[in-house]
Amino acid sequence: MRCRGYMRYRAALLIVLSGAVRLAGEDLLSTTKPPGRYGGNLVVAERSEPKTLNPVMAIDNGSRELLSLMMADLVHINRESQRTEPALARAVDRSPDGRRYIVRLREGLRFSDGYPFDADDVLFSFQVYLDEKIHSPQRDLLMVGGKPLTVSKQDSHTVVFEFAQPYGPEDRLFDSIAILPRHLLLQPYTEGTLTKVWDLNSMPADIAGLGPFRFKQYVPGQRLVLERNPYYWKQDSAGQRLPYLANIIFEYVGSEDAQVLRFASGGADVVSRISARNFDLLSREAHRSRRLVDAGPSLEYNFLFFNLNNLSKKNLPQIEAKQSWFRNVSFRRAVSALIDRQSIAWLVFAGRAVPLATHVTPGNKLWFDSSVVPTARSIESARTLLSSAGFSWNSSHKLIDQSGRPVEFSILTNTGNTERIQMATMIQQDLEQAGIATHMVSLEFRSMLDRITGTFDYEACLLGLASGDVDPGSEMSVWPSDGSTHLWDLTRATADTMWQSEIDRLMASQMRSTKVATRKRLYDRVQQIMATNLPIIPLVSPNVLAGAKAGLRNLRPAILLPYVLWNGEELYWSAQ
Amino acid sequence: MMESKVTAAYGVLATIHLIAFLADFVAPYPFAAQQRDLSFAPPTRIHWTDRSGQFHFRPFIYRSASAASNLAPIHFFVRGYSYKLAGLFTTDRHLFGVESPAVLFVLGSDGFGRDQFSRLAAGSRISLTAGWLAAAISLSLGAILGGLAGFYGGWLDDLVMRLGEISLALPWIYLLLAGRAGLPLDVPAVTSYFILITIVGVLGWARPARLVRGLALSVRERGYVTAARAFGASGSYLLRVHVLPDTISILVTQAALLVPQYILAEVTLSFLGLGIDEPSPSWGNMLAGLQHYNVLVSYWWMLLPALAPAIVSLCCFSIADSLLELRRPVPL
Repeated sequence: MRCRGYMRYRAALLIVLSGAVRLAGEDLLSTTKPPGRYGGNLVVAERSEPKTLNPVMAIDNGSRELLSLMMADLVHINRESQRTEPALARAVDRSPDGRRYIVRLREGLRFSDGYPFDADDVLFSFQVYLDEKIHSPQRDLLMVGGKPLTVSKQDSHTVVFEFAQPYGPEDRLFDSIAILPRHLLLQPYTEGTLTKVWDLNSMPADIAGLGPFRFKQYVPGQRLVLERNPYYWKQDSAGQRLPYLANIIFEYVGSEDAQVLRFASGGADVVSRISARNFDLLSREAHRSRRLVDAGPSLEYNFLFFNLNNLSKKNLPQIEAKQSWFRNVSFRRAVSALIDRQSIAWLVFAGRAVPLATHVTPGNKLWFDSSVVPTARSIESARTLLSSAGFSWNSSHKLIDQSGRPVEFSILTNTGNTERIQMATMIQQDLEQAGIATHMVSLEFRSMLDRITGTFDYEACLLGLASGDVDPGSEMSVWPSDGSTHLWDLTRATADTMWQSEIDRLMASQMRSTKVATRKRLYDRVQQIMATNLPIIPLVSPNVLAGAKAGLRNLRPAILLPYVLWNGEELYWSAQ
Repeated sequence: MMESKVTAAYGVLATIHLIAFLADFVAPYPFAAQQRDLSFAPPTRIHWTDRSGQFHFRPFIYRSASAASNLAPIHFFVRGYSYKLAGLFTTDRHLFGVESPAVLFVLGSDGFGRDQFSRLAAGSRISLTAGWLAAAISLSLGAILGGLAGFYGGWLDDLVMRLGEISLALPWIYLLLAGRAGLPLDVPAVTSYFILITIVGVLGWARPARLVRGLALSVRERGYVTAARAFGASGSYLLRVHVLPDTISILVTQAALLVPQYILAEVTLSFLGLGIDEPSPSWGNMLAGLQHYNVLVSYWWMLLPALAPAIVSLCCFSIADSLLELRRPVPL
């Protein structure tokens, strides 16, 4: 009897593992990739532990990477093509005015605990994300034209979304909005405890999602294990249910160097977000058992910017006096012309970075305007620009302004980021070529942030930002005058220059337009204005670098997060 | 044996301090000059015999690995960049150098192609000054407060000792972070750095104060002090003439221990990003790059600056040992 029970269990296990099991009426999504092999674990070395497993609260990269494997969204951005593709939504129909989206859901799908999925889960999820009391980070994304989108159910597998105005990025908005299991989270939500559930101490049985993996185990300070979700809704070209891997084990090692050492010693199968120097080091050690991938320029842009805030109400006369230089476009252009971006790319990023003309990096396949080229280094043209703007040089070859004041300013950056300190050091030397004296001040990150967003007690700052998506919609907090990350001038809600008001108008227009060609034309113009007026002086964009054991198939690192595990369901180990 | 060891320690320390004093003369290149095409260049090999086996009385380097005939002799007292010798006379003479475009990196170059030797020489000025300055502040405060506490005793003693305990218990790293964050940005890098070093020195007063207090407690009871008091000497006179001079030997020994301690503190501060800002060099910020695994394992010459604080520390500890030996009572 016992033996028969065991055999039955084993047979069921084999069926599940082979992916042949089908639930009645399941509308699975078929991929076009050749079939892979089931089984095996993937060990990933990570720097820091996740903060939570609750999609409503997750803001850190570690949590979001895990949740991308445990949860699913209605429409997903393919990290490789950078375009959207259906996920839990079988089809999305847009009304001609671009304000109404009818989303038809796949039928017969189940959460990782076996509970059926339907339109009520979608309604519940959006109700939670839009709830002001929850304060979820997704709420801002779901506000279109300053108003929240509305969601209604047409039938058990059809949901209607309505926007207050046409929305340029269209269905990209649904990417990474994890659909929550109503059957598990409705009670905590009504009791007001939703934000406290699904922490790292939760029992695996209490957490369910629609992603390819589900939570299995967490050992504090050491590892977190995800196991294969047997109910996942994708299959390969041979009809095998994905994912292939049995487990993904995240090991927390504390630092990038420890990550690299673990990978180099064979203790980890995958490593991502590594610096160019460490990548270079791994490349030098010829090893047939591992594969290193340079996915090209990321969406991160490093830049120098000057304090252009309105300081009339602040008691900062010394900085205010220098703002006449900073506000001068010729001065900013001259500074830009003096910076040797190519050397920065080579020395700071070991050649694995690209010089930038604007904030849009060449890694952005859809929106990059290749006609805008990075400023070539030219001391002569910088001197000409400075002379034309009324600057001159004294007998000690120091640059002085019209009133004879030497041009000297500080460059602020943060202590924890070696690459930024190195860039600032190189810029110091570059600017010295035209007699501009700078001194670098490196502060702890929060002190630096306090100065640039609170007290405005700084002159110039070197910083990096990374776009969350390739779409210009993700830059709306940066470029319009009233943007919360309009770092160089946070004191004005309206434009104070012609070019800034044109940017405001173009950014607003492209957000309302639903024609891709029109949006591209408008955003190209934004890039041209940026390159001409340089509110920020773009420097370089580092490449996305990753490594994996050679036997790992379907590894295709991308420049959108999560860089390596975005297609975790397709990864499998080759037979060798 | 002991004496020769101590003499050598004095000699080495004097040499290092002389190099620090004449850093610009000793350095062939400005410490901030970047030669970007020579990033992480290994130390230049200095030759006496060329590839054909011919001996040269003047040492030389090869301009490139391929051009065998392209020798660049090393010249002494050469002309180079202008600087102020000892802060007084403008000159462009340097101890040694090679004719451009040949480049002589005695200790290799860093990631920006800056000469490590020139940076080490310039950095010794910053690091040694930091060590001496912090030690001088700690010892002065320690001597005054410890002397007062030990000599007068009572509530003053209690107050100073409790303040000392608080000072020892303070998480000084946060004080330094706060101090650095609060400084105006237009303060030059060297000034802001020495402000931090002053804070470190001030925070370090408690240990020497406890030692001085102990000594003052014992000295005030000695016969000659009691006799002077009986003759009407005031407290400040006794402290100045009899008590504090007796603490000199203990302060000198403490100095020999504190200077290397503060030099190593500078290395720690640089590791935490609180050291002197680039491009100014110090022993600490030259070593800060080693916290990156790829630098540590790829470029061995980046470890060489670690020898400087190590040598200074060893010399100082030898001197401290010898001073302690001198203070030990001789058995009759």
